[in-house]
Amino acid sequence: MTVESRAHPWMAISAPGVVEQMLQEIGAKTVDELFEQVPKDHYRKLPPDLPPTLLSEAELRRDLLGKLRKNRTCEEYLNFLGAGCWQHHVPSVVEEIVGRTEFMTNVWGSPQSDVGRNQAWFEFSSQLGALLNMDVVQLPVYSWGCAAGHAIRMAARLTGRKKVLVPKFIDPERLSVIRTYCEPAEMKSHIEVVLVEADPDSLCLDMEDLKSKISSDVAAVYFENPSYVGMIEAAGAEIAQLARNNGAETIVGVDPVSLGVITAPGDYGADIAVGPTQPLGVHMNGGGGVGGFLASRDEEHYVRQFNGFLVSITETMTPGEYGFGLACAHQNSYGMREDGNDWTGNSVYLWAVANAVYMSLLGPQGFVELGQLIISRAQFAASRLQSIDGVSVSSPTGFFKEFVVNFDGTGKSVAEINTGLMRSGIFGGKDLSAEIPELGQSALYCVTEIHNAADIETLVAAMAEVVQ
Amino acid sequence: MRKDSEIRQFHAAKWHEPIVMELGRPGARGQVFADPEQTILDAVGDASALIPAAMRRKDRAELPEMTEFEVQRHYLHLSQMTLGMMGISLFGTCTMKYNSRMAEIATNRPELAETHPYQPAETLQGTMEIIHDFDLILRSLSGMDQFVFQPGGGADAAYTMTAVARAYWQAKGQLGKRDEVITSIQAHPCNAATAAAAGFKVVTLPLEENGYPSVEALKAAVSDRTALLMINNPDDMGIYNPDIKEWVRIVKQAGGLCFYDHANFNGVMGKLSARELGFDACMFMLHKTFGGPKGGGGPAVGAFGCSEELAPFLPTPVIVNNDGQYVLDEDRPQSSGKIREFWGNVPIVVKAYAWARCMGADGINLASDISVLANNYMDHKLSSIRGVAKSHPDFGKWRMEMTRWGLGPMQEETGIGTVEAANRMADFGIDPWWMSHEPWVVAEPFTPEAGELWSKEDLDQWIAGLQQISDEAYSNPELVKTAPHNQPIAQIKGDWLEDPEAWAMTWRAYQRKHPASGSDASGRSSATAAAGGD
Repeated sequence: MTVESRAHPWMAISAPGVVEQMLQEIGAKTVDELFEQVPKDHYRKLPPDLPPTLLSEAELRRDLLGKLRKNRTCEEYLNFLGAGCWQHHVPSVVEEIVGRTEFMTNVWGSPQSDVGRNQAWFEFSSQLGALLNMDVVQLPVYSWGCAAGHAIRMAARLTGRKKVLVPKFIDPERLSVIRTYCEPAEMKSHIEVVLVEADPDSLCLDMEDLKSKISSDVAAVYFENPSYVGMIEAAGAEIAQLARNNGAETIVGVDPVSLGVITAPGDYGADIAVGPTQPLGVHMNGGGGVGGFLASRDEEHYVRQFNGFLVSITETMTPGEYGFGLACAHQNSYGMREDGNDWTGNSVYLWAVANAVYMSLLGPQGFVELGQLIISRAQFAASRLQSIDGVSVSSPTGFFKEFVVNFDGTGKSVAEINTGLMRSGIFGGKDLSAEIPELGQSALYCVTEIHNAADIETLVAAMAEVVQ
Repeated sequence: MRKDSEIRQFHAAKWHEPIVMELGRPGARGQVFADPEQTILDAVGDASALIPAAMRRKDRAELPEMTEFEVQRHYLHLSQMTLGMMGISLFGTCTMKYNSRMAEIATNRPELAETHPYQPAETLQGTMEIIHDFDLILRSLSGMDQFVFQPGGGADAAYTMTAVARAYWQAKGQLGKRDEVITSIQAHPCNAATAAAAGFKVVTLPLEENGYPSVEALKAAVSDRTALLMINNPDDMGIYNPDIKEWVRIVKQAGGLCFYDHANFNGVMGKLSARELGFDACMFMLHKTFGGPKGGGGPAVGAFGCSEELAPFLPTPVIVNNDGQYVLDEDRPQSSGKIREFWGNVPIVVKAYAWARCMGADGINLASDISVLANNYMDHKLSSIRGVAKSHPDFGKWRMEMTRWGLGPMQEETGIGTVEAANRMADFGIDPWWMSHEPWVVAEPFTPEAGELWSKEDLDQWIAGLQQISDEAYSNPELVKTAPHNQPIAQIKGDWLEDPEAWAMTWRAYQRKHPASGSDASGRSSATAAAGGD
């Protein structure tokens, strides 16, 4: 090896002479000698063929920004896409805190040296628990779909049953993840996923179909509130009761930003709650902002089934001092390998800090205002869109921030309409026509606190023109 | 005595910080939202009437009520009470690196932060170009034919492997029959755990005296039931399995697939190609080896790459370059199904791309050289510290990029083991070390990994820290046993953590289970009152 004449800014030992000095201290002649364990015929035949090195930060920055500028953003465009990744306001204090090097760059330390981050994690769980009215909240997993997958597997272990009921109107991305977690039919531990029909008018769960499908072999009923298509599931308590009567667990997927105005799942019978963490102060990041929470009632048999990290408050050797540690640490895969609950590893724990800061900033009244503002603006957008000839809203009331807009009466496809809206600087709603054909030419629109009345009128005017 | 051999004095910030739920005052606000516009109120009326009566929330969530500044200050205090690599961290198996601030700032810009994955592909060409360019970089480093970035960490990439293997065997009509996954006791637990969670039976090979399982043990384990081999190399002891090509040959001869868990890529990057060694698939941790930040455990990316033969079974979408236009290929009928929603943690992919561009092929090769040199330098110095023992002491060869050490002798002679010593390290501003994955094959293990970031002076400081702990263990063990002394809190007590009557994962549960421990009864009361009253 020859040390480059110019030291690399990220490698201290690349400074001239250091390698030679260290070799001398350990009694080796060359660095190559240190690789004596690797047989010569294991070495690659040719060196990697990588693009030119950009050692200069200025040059590297230019390359990155040059590429990223080819994107169009939801700041430039008026965006009505949601469906698992939503545009909400991210408070600036959240950005400052998650950018702190102490939180951002490191991995683990000890309960003492990392007490600040562990406390922030406990505060994530505590505040989310207050929104959910549930006593146990795990550190988040990778996404809502992954959280639902783990929750369903928890229910299967708890009940010894191998079937889960899931709403038919569910995000296909999320359903795909759930099916992955439930394993193919050839596997012995396969969990059968049975879809429950939606009521064609309300788009909520079809209670008759649910009643016909639930039985003593069902491990869990999973439903969402609000649902994928935005509907508030008014029969939540009834669904949970039905599950309980059949010895099944109730798993509810909830959007935490709705919980200032919508009843907490802990108050209508949820045994396990899951949902997205991205709405709580994390940018969309092209879909790279997602995370999923997992919560339950504080009963030991639930707690013993969690797959990941449970941060508990605890005492220290100094009386009256708070500390934090991992509860039930030996039930996860780090301690138990293949005998642990599913598996765990790196997840989205930095985002849990973002979520904690976000919830502290909003407080109880912030969540009430946010929920009221979102539902009012979403309802307004729906009614205004419905005033356009040929445009209808599939279930015109009873949704939170997303709703289904149908274009069958316009004779145009969603694809055509979205192309037209693009010309006015608008990202139209997600095209549902292929994934839910029974809804016709429909799109899922998302309206949040970032859309004001003028934005909605801009959409309506552009839409009126496009559907002509 | 040289300056580098003296340990630096340090004391952590100690704010006696209350739990956020104890802060603030009724009615205080940190963020307010606009009222709906009058036109909206006129059109839709009262917001609560828009919610079905049965689902209208009646209680107020029990969240803190604080000013914006108070929230900022609270969490800044918590960041200051996190040692967080502000001194030295040689946290083994995690490959601590500098995380480019420029890349962080670039990914925080709206061009990435404020983009939605369902935007039309023509409006996301920049992101897709970077992902695709980085895919090509990883292909070159591994010899694989296609990478995806959907897995949210190394364990999730292992899980992706098991899902891809299921889809592969399903297509061959052998799923259910090929029901075994082979791994070793020294492989990361996530390999065994994800294989089991995917529905496979796990066969774990034990280690022989030379540090890795024998070819004979592998041969005995392999059969027509073998679906997949999941293995890392080198291992966490710094030992490279020289039979790995033979391993791959044996498994493939039996029809099985071979997965290279490249968690320990840092010592061999630029030098080995997983594909040339015969593997069908591999994974890289972008938040470790490729300079992405770790975030205290994610967001992370386990980049999963595989051969052309396995590519049809990858989770979708795959980003494809069609004559300069990047598109999302979702139409892959044999796909395993999704591992996670969307394309993966995009900002981490961009940061890893930035790392690879700044390092370049020569820099990457140099970094693996330095990693191995620095580890052997550590080994050289650590071996002269009293009470410290190296794994496989008679191995007789230079180690790879990390070495498993132990404090077995010190523990026997002084009662000071790896937990106590790690706690004491924090008193010097050095992040407590990684001990070992389960099971512990070395008594009282610790696993320093020097990597390419740290200077020789940093390594000397770390060694001086352990030297001082050794001196203390043999002269004043109580000092180490009661450590840390310079940290924000004293040692935690563990007795609540396994007790259902005592554990409290939320403030709600804490208040219910420990009513007497509240701020009124504790030494916290004065701190709480002070913080809440200003």
